[in-house]
Amino acid sequence: MLRLENVEVIYDDVILVLKGLSLQVPSGRIVALLGPNGAGKSTTLKAISGLLEAEEGEVTDGAIEFEGQRIEDLPPEKIVRRGIFQVMEGRRVFEDLTVDENITMGGFTRHDRAELQRDREMCFNYFPRLRDLRGRLAGYLSGGEQQMLAISRALMARPKLILLDEPSLGLSPLLVQEIFAIIGRINREEKSTFLLVEQNANLALSIAHFGYIMEGGHIVLEGEPEKLKSNEDVKEFYLSGGGKKSYKAIKSYRRRKRWLS
Amino acid sequence: MDFFLQLTINGLVVGSIYALVALGFVIIYKSSGVLNFAQGEFLLIGAYFFLAILENARVPLLVALGLTVVSATLLGLLMERLVLRPMIGEPIISVIMVTLGLSSILRAIVQGIWGTDTHPFPALFESSPIQIGPLPVSRGYLFSVVSSAVLLLAFTLFFRFARVGVAMRATAFSQQVALSMGISVKHIFAISWSIAAVVSALGGVLLGALRGGVDGSLAVIGMKALPVVILGGLDSIGGAILGGLIIGVLENLSGGYLDPYFGGGVKEVAPFVVLVLILMVKPYGLFGKVRIERV
Ligand SMILES: Nc1ncnc2c1ncn2[C@@H]1O[C@H](COP(=O)(O)OP(=O)(O)OP(=O)(O)O)[C@@H](O)[C@H]1O
Ligand SMILES: [Mg+2]
Repeated sequence: MLRLENVEVIYDDVILVLKGLSLQVPSGRIVALLGPNGAGKSTTLKAISGLLEAEEGEVTDGAIEFEGQRIEDLPPEKIVRRGIFQVMEGRRVFEDLTVDENITMGGFTRHDRAELQRDREMCFNYFPRLRDLRGRLAGYLSGGEQQMLAISRALMARPKLILLDEPSLGLSPLLVQEIFAIIGRINREEKSTFLLVEQNANLALSIAHFGYIMEGGHIVLEGEPEKLKSNEDVKEFYLSGGGKKSYKAIKSYRRRKRWLS
Repeated sequence: MDFFLQLTINGLVVGSIYALVALGFVIIYKSSGVLNFAQGEFLLIGAYFFLAILENARVPLLVALGLTVVSATLLGLLMERLVLRPMIGEPIISVIMVTLGLSSILRAIVQGIWGTDTHPFPALFESSPIQIGPLPVSRGYLFSVVSSAVLLLAFTLFFRFARVGVAMRATAFSQQVALSMGISVKHIFAISWSIAAVVSALGGVLLGALRGGVDGSLAVIGMKALPVVILGGLDSIGGAILGGLIIGVLENLSGGYLDPYFGGGVKEVAPFVVLVLILMVKPYGLFGKVRIERV
């Protein structure tokens, strides 16, 4: 469904952040994108959604293909209309809009009133807590509630692909469990495809169907969750949380060439 | 007592127009964070344009108003497109400086076309007043107040309930997040500039009619929007309305009662004195939103 091929992203005309990144997200799947701080995970998502535009970033090389069509030059509002919706890192709810108004904004690109109403109910079914907070200003919600709202906003757009950037950020372990369980449910019940960026590798791999690990602007490892989880290096760096060395320093690491067709 | 009542009514009439002009100011500020210093010129252009249509085309009043609205919309779109869109992503302060420059350029153009003499407004209404209870009220005043009130109400509802209105508030909060919802920030800016140009042009027409003529000083009145919006809170439409009325009434009362003692000029100063006093108590203005700060 989504294919990134040797994508290169440069900020402010000089800062090279993505250095030939390639990955694929098949329809109906949850794909996890893992990696340390500064690896370029958020940049990857923004390259896909077009939001780089607002940060003086630019895709300077490679291709981003969604459902067989190139999208790297489209403005973000067109990309949303194609069916890709990004839930940005740090939740980013409209703080001075109410919960209801935030949800309305999620469905901004749609005009089918009755369906929108039904989807609003669907959001409240996934996140019952939001129902009682409907009239509340989003800025006054707790972090967890804001994350639920951010995901609800995405659901309202009925996207084919949801780009989810660190949904666990700053939330208590219990709440993170709850939110991940709901992401899994949304994937199964609504058939939504997810590209999930996470620091919490264990958790992400527990719901993902496939995983990529990136470092320094490109993918260094990829595979089924089971394979990644049992990989000694992954265990050492991402699952135990005590990583010191870089992948590049590991002998067993071998960069595979991809799509050199 | 009669004097007081008369001053108050005058104040409310002028105040409702201030409110209208302030609304334009607030709309641009709300959606883009920019203070538009060319707002006064929008007023001026609206009034001159209306006058030109009325004098040359001999069309009914409402048609002339309609044409003014259409051309103001175009003016707003043009300004946004030519001057502000290239500035997207630049620091807000640069954009504000650009509006200052825009103000001088527009003023020069207007003076080039219409000169600096006062152009008299034709009498738009019958001079016989309408009796409201015990009070005789001039038709022009009534028209001003009613049309300002209708416009203000319409826009309040628009921002509260219309999808695009809510999207404008969302864009005001964060352009990037608005983009991520599929909201076209360019369209939102274009819409806010044209709304601002339209309400200002209508304000200009109403003021011109009230004063019986148009000249460059109308633009100065347009900038009364500044104390009005600072008083009401830069981002509050309700605040703009109340701020407009308060400043209008204050001006007239202080002018009427104090000018004889101070030899004039109180009218111009009084609003700013009150402004300073209120801001000392409420730094965000009467209705400005206190930023939600939580960690
Ligand atoms: N707008 C920007 N302008 C310039 N450099 C940027 C910008 N955004 C990100 N960068 C740089 O790009 C690199 C990757 O950033 P990115 O946010 O994609 O990392 P990340 O993998 O999401 O990290 P984290 O896990 O901390 O969120 C960082 O070195 C960062 O400093
Ligand atoms: Mg990130």
